[in-house]
Amino acid sequence: MTEAGESAELREFRAEMRAFMLEQAPVSLRGTSPSGPFDGYWGGKLHPPVDPDVLRWRDVALARGLTAPTWAKPYGGAGLTYEHAKVFYDEMRVLGLPRPVVGFGFAMIGPTLLQFGNEAQKREHLPKICAGEVRWCQGYSEPNAGSDLANVQLSCEPDGDEHFILNGQKVWTSHADRSDWIFCLVRSDRRAKKQSGITFILVDMRSAGVTPRKIELISGASPFCETFFENVRVPRANVVGEINAGWTVAKALLGHERAMIGQSIGRDPGSTQRELVHLARKHLDAPEGPLPDPLLRDRVAAVSMEEAAFQLTLDRLAQTRAAGGPGHESSIMKIVATELKQRRFEAGMALAGAEGLGWEGDGFDAEDLAYTREWLRSRANTIEGGSSEIQLNIIAKQVLGLPEAKG
Amino acid sequence: MSGVISNGQETLRLVLDEQQQMLRSTVRQFVDQHAPVGRLRTLRDSRDARGFSADIWRDMAGLGWLGIQLPEEHDGLGLGFFDLAVVLEQCGRRLMPEPLVSTLLLGAQALLLGGDEAQRATLLPAIAGGEKLVTLAFDERGARGDARRGKASASRVEGGFVLNGIKTGVLDAHVADLLVVSAKVGHTLGLFLVDPASPGVKVTRHVALDLRNAGTVTLADVRVGPEAVLGGLDGLAYGGAVLDRVLDRARIGLAAEMLGAMEQAFEDTMAYLKERVQFDRPLGSFQALQHRAARLYTSIALARSAVLAAARTVDTSTDPREVAKLAALAKVRASEAFYDVAREAIQMHGGIGMTDEHDIGFYLKRAQTTLVSFGTNDELRARWAELNGY
Repeated sequence: MTEAGESAELREFRAEMRAFMLEQAPVSLRGTSPSGPFDGYWGGKLHPPVDPDVLRWRDVALARGLTAPTWAKPYGGAGLTYEHAKVFYDEMRVLGLPRPVVGFGFAMIGPTLLQFGNEAQKREHLPKICAGEVRWCQGYSEPNAGSDLANVQLSCEPDGDEHFILNGQKVWTSHADRSDWIFCLVRSDRRAKKQSGITFILVDMRSAGVTPRKIELISGASPFCETFFENVRVPRANVVGEINAGWTVAKALLGHERAMIGQSIGRDPGSTQRELVHLARKHLDAPEGPLPDPLLRDRVAAVSMEEAAFQLTLDRLAQTRAAGGPGHESSIMKIVATELKQRRFEAGMALAGAEGLGWEGDGFDAEDLAYTREWLRSRANTIEGGSSEIQLNIIAKQVLGLPEAKG
Repeated sequence: MSGVISNGQETLRLVLDEQQQMLRSTVRQFVDQHAPVGRLRTLRDSRDARGFSADIWRDMAGLGWLGIQLPEEHDGLGLGFFDLAVVLEQCGRRLMPEPLVSTLLLGAQALLLGGDEAQRATLLPAIAGGEKLVTLAFDERGARGDARRGKASASRVEGGFVLNGIKTGVLDAHVADLLVVSAKVGHTLGLFLVDPASPGVKVTRHVALDLRNAGTVTLADVRVGPEAVLGGLDGLAYGGAVLDRVLDRARIGLAAEMLGAMEQAFEDTMAYLKERVQFDRPLGSFQALQHRAARLYTSIALARSAVLAAARTVDTSTDPREVAKLAALAKVRASEAFYDVAREAIQMHGGIGMTDEHDIGFYLKRAQTTLVSFGTNDELRARWAELNGY
């Protein structure tokens, strides 16, 4: 890869990164993965056994701080600028290498600790994220706090001067059964206005009284869990920011989450088009040449063009940020990314026709069965991480400056 | 090659540098000051013979903008197509009826891509200086923008060619100093430089929906010499290819104008939603409108990326297919977004938006016109599919 007008210094860095990967990244991992923030090794103590090459890639990247390239060196990162980090990711993409370690540690709690954590918290948690030693999950939603997130009720009562006791339930805690730590929003003051009585706190999943349980979705098995807290004792030192001021921290983290969801669907450029053309050729029995059904062809083109516009927007916003420009357009990425993904699966299901109607077992091929499950799963994308309606509210109020409705 | 569109060779620069930001704000000030949208109403109602302002055109020439992309040896500024797109976006904000598309996008690009040294040296400086208007006559009734389906023909005769045919939708035909005319020469497509004052050329002016100026050009046994072939006689072999490339650039430049237009219509509508009070609250406080506004904002952001990428690719890519892909992308995304914005702008303005007295309606007229100019969305999606091998 090269970038038109790239500085000599960046070009040199690009060459250095390429040489590093060619020399040290295990050859077996090349071409295995689009390098999104969810594709790769999730780390943690409960991770199932993993290919030794995956760990070798983690080790060589970690030695150079490249599992979290933009984080400062004392916290396990490489201290790179965003521009340099992008070069690193570009070069990984060229070789088809996965990120060395992925997960919510990098995409959500890490950036939040960098912004709001105290020095002790940063030094305690960030290096373990970088090393893939600790895997994090998110304790935000509750049965009565979905889009209305500030309605969290999980109670947080003082227990002496040094501890809190937590009681209640979190839901949609992705991968809670595989995680070592959870960051939670808890209700620490019931008398204060909704947003003012919330505390942001870090909890070791091995604390007595924490129980995760898996949730099955319409698509079948899922990474989601519900997590129960029964008299869980947590040190006060685990509070991020001030007690009762967790909402500010929570909102900042949501910004990181939205960005991550946007990026995670910013897949390998052109992959949506390749996938749909593959499905069209397979299901329309048209191995080459123009697709025989002009309406389906139009649909494939429309989704592919949306993909291209989306990818270009990701690039443009990254460049705008690198140039220190305003970031307000990034508020659109979550909704665009998730709706694009849904349209992609809807187009794929239209191409599959009756072949897409299987659930399991014989009579359907494995690819079609999996695709149907993914189509179902994609319906969650516009709900989780702040529903589309919430995103539209944010754009309308915070970007367009449209007035609040009177209550 | 664009990494986004093809196989990861290069990342396109999609932000304006400092100079381009300055250019943008200078053009914007100029346009805001001299070219209010209400002009369209005056030009229409006074049945202005020219249909645009000669003063504005002369001033723009003086500021160097007409030649911004033209080479310095032809009195241009020698900047890129991207810089031209920056200018066009701002002109689009106020739906300027000046001959930007005809002369800068169609005429100048045809000369740049297909002209021989002599043709370029005579005509490009005159374009940059605002002295000559050059347009392209390629469409015909029933051809739906595809010159290859047109019937206009050029027959070889002693000392040159004889042209016959009827060209429709010729932008600024009534004021053009030169027409670039597509005509079939046997089975190939040639492009011919025709002086509209030549015997046998008749120009009928139209009053177009969006008040940009256009006309029909009838060619009846029009004789031209061999020097009238764009690119000289050798040019006959690649007239069709040049036309395709010219139209791709026109799609991109027009999309840049559309981007400016949709942004202005959107900003005006947001301002109206904040100020107009019904049921004792500003219209903009209703969620039913907020969500629609947020969706429009999103479409505009995606269109912007596609337009900037396409304009940049004209400058960076040597592969016409890559430019063609991005041209289709930019035009389709801009057409969809502009039409949605213009339609919603009227709906959100309510009754006042339906009146001729209010400017917002001009945006819908322009949106519909641009939607069908240089390829409809259906046609361009088919082109995208074909260029991507399916």
